[in-house]
Amino acid sequence: MLAKRIIPCLDVKDGRVVKGINFLNLKDAGDPVEQAAIYSREGADEVVFLDITASFEHRDTMLKVVRRTAEKVFIPFTVGGGIRNLADIETILRNGADKVSINTAAVKNPQLIKRASRKFGNQCIVVAIDAKRKLQVTSHKSQVKKKNMGHETCNLQPAWEVYIYGGKKPTGIDAIQWAKQAEKLGAGEILLTSMDKDGTQSGYDLKLTRSISKSVRIPVIASGGAGKLEHLYAALSQGAADAVLAASIFHYGTYTVGQTKDYLARKGLTMRL
Amino acid sequence: MIALIDYKMGNLRSVAKALEAVGAEVTVTHEPAKLRRAQALVLPGVGAFSAGMSNLRKMKLITPIKEAIRAGKPFLGICLGAQLLFTESEEHGRHLGLGIIPGRVVKFRSALKIPHMGWNTITKVTSHKSQDISGLLNNIPDGAYFYFVHSYYVKPKKKDMVLALSEYGQKFAAVVGKDNTFGIQFHPEKSSELGLKILENFCRICGEIK
Repeated sequence: MLAKRIIPCLDVKDGRVVKGINFLNLKDAGDPVEQAAIYSREGADEVVFLDITASFEHRDTMLKVVRRTAEKVFIPFTVGGGIRNLADIETILRNGADKVSINTAAVKNPQLIKRASRKFGNQCIVVAIDAKRKLQVTSHKSQVKKKNMGHETCNLQPAWEVYIYGGKKPTGIDAIQWAKQAEKLGAGEILLTSMDKDGTQSGYDLKLTRSISKSVRIPVIASGGAGKLEHLYAALSQGAADAVLAASIFHYGTYTVGQTKDYLARKGLTMRL
Repeated sequence: MIALIDYKMGNLRSVAKALEAVGAEVTVTHEPAKLRRAQALVLPGVGAFSAGMSNLRKMKLITPIKEAIRAGKPFLGICLGAQLLFTESEEHGRHLGLGIIPGRVVKFRSALKIPHMGWNTITKVTSHKSQDISGLLNNIPDGAYFYFVHSYYVKPKKKDMVLALSEYGQKFAAVVGKDNTFGIQFHPEKSSELGLKILENFCRICGEIK
């Protein structure tokens, strides 16, 4: 049986792990390669590096991280953050990453998904979606046409808007529609982050996760909000996610990847142990 | 020396590094002369079947590959490289492959998400003779997980060429073998310790490591 995946995420700035904490037997808590190797040893199914380096002149540092990871870590790893075009994607893959995650560039130029997936294969193109909930009043069109306004049923249904530039800029694009379009264009996976939940440690946005996961036929990785192991379980069961991404619970040692997978396996999920 | 065939189908770095990690000496090449000198060949690759075949053709690699296999050199195809060993594929039309292993490459027709992506278990087919002889799956327990990414799977004509099965909506061949030629649908180079174990076993078969 195909296992649900547990994916630790590392924020990397100028080639160093952001807020590296010294625990376990880390020689260098700030070294993303060593962190990734430890996650791999603990049983992580994949690792994601999110490059938050602001300046482009430091991009080579990230490529060095990618190359070193490919030499030492034998599980799939994804690199995201600031990828603008086909050339960026090619450079990262050439240096040994298995997948790239594209966000803003894909929204601004959806054809990038198509061209990149044609060139490198769908499996290495992850479209990252930052989604924020908005309350939307949806009215049934047929009833509107009948001018049956007085009796019209108005449902308050959740909807989510896509944000870009690290969550700074709203786009007006509906997250579900965007996920479907991304799939059509050739995305191999969706990395879905709930902006409402991100950083709260109060659990994933299950409705968002489920809505997207049920709208596409490619794997969906849930992200944003992991604080407890129950949250990961909920995202993978109720949320119908194929994988969960978490940063701080692993990073700060709240749980190891091993503990997490043991817990989820006990709850009845298929895990690679 | 193991030659890793560079036919411009994806990044070979991780396969090279994984083989080196288990102690092999690796040369990444598309030169027929170097392929002839190598003790064993590895054909990795991700991407479309037809593009893979057309690159092999353009780069004049088909003859050296077939010669090596005919000479009995250990040969390992990984993912697309495994599929290319077959007679034909139905990926975007009908395309002929290398024809080393009789059979077809067909698409998953399940209601499940495609590509089949992630970690899945394999079960060895124990009755198979060449498996016992080759030892490619030595020390790989049944139920071991490996990392898969594919939308098409291989269907050998002869059941006895299937060394291990996996299941995704249906059973399919995860590892195939015919004499000294092997095809692995998953990515051993991305499958952590057990993946490296298989590569190590292959290197033993090649005599690359003791």
